[in-house]
Amino acid sequence: MAEPKISMKDVDHVARLSRLTLTDAEKERMRRELDGILTYIDKLRALDTEGVPPTSHAVPMKNVMRDDEPRPSFAQDDMLANAPDGSGEFFRVPRIIEESAGEARDR
Amino acid sequence: MLTRLTVHELGARFRSGEATPTEAARAYLDRMGALDPKVKAYLTPTADHALAQAAEADARFRSRAPRGLLDGVPVGLKDVFCTRGVETTCGSQILRGFRPPYDATVVARLRAAGAVILGKLNMDEFAMGSSTENSAFFTTRNPWDLSRVPGGSSGGSAAAVAADLAAATLGTDTGGSIRQPAAFCGTVGLKPTYGRVSRYGLIAFASSLDQVGPFGKDVADTALVLQAIAGHDPLDATSAAIPVPDYTAGLSAGVKDLKVGIPDEYFIDGLDPEVEAAVRAAIATLERLGAKTERVSLPHTEYGLAAYYVIAPAEASSNLARYDGVKYGLRVPGARDLIDMYSRTRGAGFGAEVKRRVMLGTYALSAGYYDAYYGKAQRVRTLVLRDFQRAFERVDVIVAPTTPSVAFKLGEREDPLQMYLNDVFTIPVNLAGLPGLSMPAGFTQSGLPIGLQIIGKAFDEATILRAARAYEAATPWRERKPELAV
Amino acid sequence: MSGAYEAVIGLEVHAQLRTRTKMFCGCSTAFGARPNTQTCPICQGMPGTLPVINRRAIEFGIKTSLAINCTVNADNRFARKHYYYPDMPKNYQISQYEEPLAEHGHLDIDTADGARRIGIQRLHLEEDVGKLLHEGSLETAASSQVDFNRAGVPLMEIVSKPDLRTSEEAAAYLKALRAILVYLDVCDGNMEEGSLRCDANISLRPAGAKEFGTKVEIKNMNSFKNVQHALDYEIGRQARALDAGLRIVQETRLWDPDRGHTVSMRSKEFAHDYRYFPEPDLPPLDLPPDWIAQIRATLPELPAARRQRFMTAYALSPYDAEVATSSKALADYFEAAAKGSANPKTVANWVLNEVLRVVPPDDEKAIAACPVKPAQLAGLIRLIEDGTTSGRMAKDVFEKMFQTGEDASTIVSREGLTQVADRSELILVVDNVLTAHAKVVEDYKAGKKAALGFLVGQVMKSTSGKASPAVVNALLLEKLPKV
Repeated sequence: MAEPKISMKDVDHVARLSRLTLTDAEKERMRRELDGILTYIDKLRALDTEGVPPTSHAVPMKNVMRDDEPRPSFAQDDMLANAPDGSGEFFRVPRIIEESAGEARDR
Repeated sequence: MLTRLTVHELGARFRSGEATPTEAARAYLDRMGALDPKVKAYLTPTADHALAQAAEADARFRSRAPRGLLDGVPVGLKDVFCTRGVETTCGSQILRGFRPPYDATVVARLRAAGAVILGKLNMDEFAMGSSTENSAFFTTRNPWDLSRVPGGSSGGSAAAVAADLAAATLGTDTGGSIRQPAAFCGTVGLKPTYGRVSRYGLIAFASSLDQVGPFGKDVADTALVLQAIAGHDPLDATSAAIPVPDYTAGLSAGVKDLKVGIPDEYFIDGLDPEVEAAVRAAIATLERLGAKTERVSLPHTEYGLAAYYVIAPAEASSNLARYDGVKYGLRVPGARDLIDMYSRTRGAGFGAEVKRRVMLGTYALSAGYYDAYYGKAQRVRTLVLRDFQRAFERVDVIVAPTTPSVAFKLGEREDPLQMYLNDVFTIPVNLAGLPGLSMPAGFTQSGLPIGLQIIGKAFDEATILRAARAYEAATPWRERKPELAV
Repeated sequence: MSGAYEAVIGLEVHAQLRTRTKMFCGCSTAFGARPNTQTCPICQGMPGTLPVINRRAIEFGIKTSLAINCTVNADNRFARKHYYYPDMPKNYQISQYEEPLAEHGHLDIDTADGARRIGIQRLHLEEDVGKLLHEGSLETAASSQVDFNRAGVPLMEIVSKPDLRTSEEAAAYLKALRAILVYLDVCDGNMEEGSLRCDANISLRPAGAKEFGTKVEIKNMNSFKNVQHALDYEIGRQARALDAGLRIVQETRLWDPDRGHTVSMRSKEFAHDYRYFPEPDLPPLDLPPDWIAQIRATLPELPAARRQRFMTAYALSPYDAEVATSSKALADYFEAAAKGSANPKTVANWVLNEVLRVVPPDDEKAIAACPVKPAQLAGLIRLIEDGTTSGRMAKDVFEKMFQTGEDASTIVSREGLTQVADRSELILVVDNVLTAHAKVVEDYKAGKKAALGFLVGQVMKSTSGKASPAVVNALLLEKLPKV
């Protein structure tokens, strides 16, 4: 079972995973607040959940599927209208460095 | 005054010709102009759209072919719903300027019913909060006391109805975000059963908990709006294929022999004594009206909050991953490379509470922690659900306070954990996917509204509404309105 | 590699499914549209949108699972796989993780050392990502452009167990798997266009050792040949490294077909944290047994079984059977033609030689579009068998049939390509040739048997190739001794 106390290293790691840039002040504050919340959440450990199945949907449903029937796609203009940096018919993004590509290559 | 009328009363005026939708829309728009600078319910008023829609409704009434009871009725929408061509921010800087090319299903259904959309309403950013103080833009005020919060996250939706700035509104409820502001603002607010109303086009916070619901000036209005939006949607795989009953039929059937459960765990030490007194009085009223009350126990209530604060942030961290500056919304310029662009955009575009929950959620799902946090919380969720199932073997509805306190002052609850405790009575209902309603049950000495919560069995909104209507008819609360000088 | 090491190879194949619409929305999967014109808010991951499962994709997944002998998991579920990349609209991919559609199957392949059974670990469904374009290489481009047309197309991922031991086996496995996918019509198997992709995991261990060595992932192999070459190269590279006492680094390497080597991606050796959890927007699947049974009942005859049957029913040689079944379209073509003929072996010859001269064996579309239909081919062969036309002329007829799509008999009568077999007609020609080439006749009589061929040729020349070679031969053999 994981120890809920969260370190600055944890904060850095999770911020990276979440793609969030935090100032040092934000990081410290975050560490404290998360620590408090995680301590509170720790009370869940006290509960015996042996043999209790997880509930992902309170209202059980299954086998919801649709037919393989085409629906009209949206116009290119509509799809690109909100682009922060559109480039003709494409969305444009800045330089993709190695670390980004690493995770994607592994798929 | 047209803006004081309920949806039903307004509809009657339209049909009799005493008033037109355009007159009603203008009345609301004028009132918004005069009062909203103080209440600050609206993020984006849509006056031109509203007048155009009202004009179309006018024509339908003139030719005696209105679409139904919502035709021409001015409504407001929490800014969490995608509205085609209208800026939809979800209360966040990261979606500033985003104009969706499509309507949420519930928006489409309201439009089809002829409702006139007055504008998009303020909310806590990405629906994360209990006071609307987390809106990236400004905080909405409680119409009963402008120095206090309206509750959240659907603060704008609740305040608008309370202040007669809309005839009815839509909000969303993930951990109490309809019921709690309804309680703080003295309106009716309903969170339907999970799956009762389509989530398509609702900007997701926590996928397995989010539900869309109405705010109304009274129970009948609330039932009417629910009727218009409920029902299966092929675009939402989690929407139930269960038929929608007529929520307005049987509304006045009363509560004779209705079995009402009173949960022990909702009457705790931290409960405001005035809230407790009002709720106990409400229970007594229900008994007088013929209901049979009995105590029930929901022993895992206290664990609900903790489970929620794992599940909701976990799902949120995933749902919010898409806000990255690539296709829509904010992109911080001048980034070195892609990762820098992502991180700076999200760092700048998300507020503190959102960042906190994204971090918490990512942590809970990360390698090595999944079983201890997310996995555990989902099992606790089963225990919470089973508590309700056991109670509902004996009773038809459960009645409790909506919140442990009444509306607090702006800036008063700064500690996140303190803020989370607001939702202790509402969260278990979301975990269990059950329907829950909040309605006015009185006022504190200082004139602040107190909310009564009625919880029902899955897909049994009709019984909740019936019980609510009976209580409403026997009490004077809805006649009282906040004193807002125009 | 001197035999000191054994290669342990596993292949991971991604197949784009031939559904009409995407995995989770109704946009078309058709190839070749202008960028960002085959998208909608759902496959672009716009706020508020939700996925809904395409039933046909599940059907194709079940069908494939059965064809490769997997156990279908009735209870299976989609899960979110998180990582940030611009071609990922939601920055998570809806895939399957702990509860995949199917597991524990196998595929039998033929190798130089006989048949081998290759285990299949799992099969699952997921959505494809968009396309990234940039000038030059990923590492140097100042920006990249994104096209989401492909985002959301259904993908089927099939992971083999690490049972393959040579690069030939790997190529054979890939070929066999591809053939099945194409036979089932669930994927068009086009590796160049990317509808079928293959990655490999390969490690080496001392021959006879039980433990696995460090595995390396190889990507960017877009043809059977490239798979084989890349693995051969990698086996050599790892063997050399191990011989030199070096440690194999666990990493991803890209195959460079132009330079003929694999290049390290040099990414850090940390495990990627995908933060998998069950997809909350999609209720789980609990596949009804009668649906699965219904799909099983509609499975077509698979390549291996069809190959066997061609050998027994039509007496084809193993090689001919292999080529004839190398694509379903070709096998269907052959079989349709064979049914219309008394002589399947002749049909096989024609299909495998003449037809394949004009259409590639694995181009399903081209075969289906071949202007010479199977019945027409059978018709041509009948004309040879009844002597109407000769084998040689028939080749010309075939070419004309290919150009015009007309029946053999139409072409033969119009162009006068009927064989002249009438002895009385040919006797005159033969006599003329014998007179005109008295010297050659002398050579023949002197013992040069090959001179006969020359004389036959001359008769053919004078009849513009229409004389029946058999009759000409017979006439010459009759007359020569008497000249």
